[in-house]
Amino acid sequence: MDFKDHKHVVIIYPHPDDESFGASGTTVRFREAGVPVTYLCGTLGEMGRNMGSPFFATRESLPEIRKQELLDACAVLDMNVEMLGYRDKTIEFESRKLVAERLKDYIEDLGATLVITFYPPFAVHPDHNAMGAAAFEAVKMIDSDIRPELWATAITNDRQETLGEPDVIIDTEEVFEKKLEAIKAHRSQAEGMLSKMRESSDFVGEYDSALQRLQYESFYRIDVDRVHY
Amino acid sequence: MKTIEPGIVQEYIDRYADKFVYIHLETTNGAYAKHFDKNAHNVGAYIRNAQIKYERGKIVTTDEAYRVGLKTSGWIYAEGLTDYEITEEGQLLLAGHDPEGRLMVALEISEKPFDM
Ligand SMILES: [Zn+2]
Repeated sequence: MDFKDHKHVVIIYPHPDDESFGASGTTVRFREAGVPVTYLCGTLGEMGRNMGSPFFATRESLPEIRKQELLDACAVLDMNVEMLGYRDKTIEFESRKLVAERLKDYIEDLGATLVITFYPPFAVHPDHNAMGAAAFEAVKMIDSDIRPELWATAITNDRQETLGEPDVIIDTEEVFEKKLEAIKAHRSQAEGMLSKMRESSDFVGEYDSALQRLQYESFYRIDVDRVHY
Repeated sequence: MKTIEPGIVQEYIDRYADKFVYIHLETTNGAYAKHFDKNAHNVGAYIRNAQIKYERGKIVTTDEAYRVGLKTSGWIYAEGLTDYEITEEGQLLLAGHDPEGRLMVALEISEKPFDM
């Protein structure tokens, strides 16, 4: 695949930091090829649990902090960002149709030739699955002859057994410094996530390989007419 | 936030008694509990901007943390509270955190609706 072949890439995830963990290396590769990338970020991660030790946030101050982190990360990645204003952990209770219609408008207005989102129901967090399902729906609403390509991120522990090998694997080694810089821009999240990986029983002794896995960004190519979600 | 000072918290609880106030109440073990430990079970409950009125409320000391109960026409309570903050608008924020600073429970009282 040649990164230059695309006109505009739209990334649709629900949380500030999803883009940095999941698709920041890919974003940098597209940007280096001169392709604009826009992040449609569903929420501000208002329900995040890491308040720091010592504390840097409260439940009430967290949204502003995470908004700034999102802007910082997007500046590192040189990508546009649109904040959609949904509320963390509630997207699955919204009308999927209404969310999808909004996403479709963005996709069409931006002239996206590639949409990247989560792969429902293989994305663990209910917001990931709900945002992914709405994005699938949005792409499906577009006439098949002008539909953008659709890539989806699966993160369940057994994704390989369930879905097989991913169709697109982007090695981000050359731009990994930038990826780490973007992840670290999410100061409220990065250390918590990395330490959680460190102490999880499913990851014991695997921390280094987990970090290595961050180097590869994997996506499944989705045919919205055939996929079940 | 800082470690709960029960005297100050009780003062604010009393200040908001017999008025219509807005409540934020949540508890969670995180959306990734099961992802990181297959024996775990994700649990959580959340209510934001419920308008209530309580006739009295009390903070009770336990060994490691505090419980707060508000007597309405029913009851509202939270357990495992460790830290508090009074915001500039006078909102009373109470939360329980684990040693890594992750929020496990929160109870907040405000005269005006919480930001959405
Ligand atoms: Zn997320």
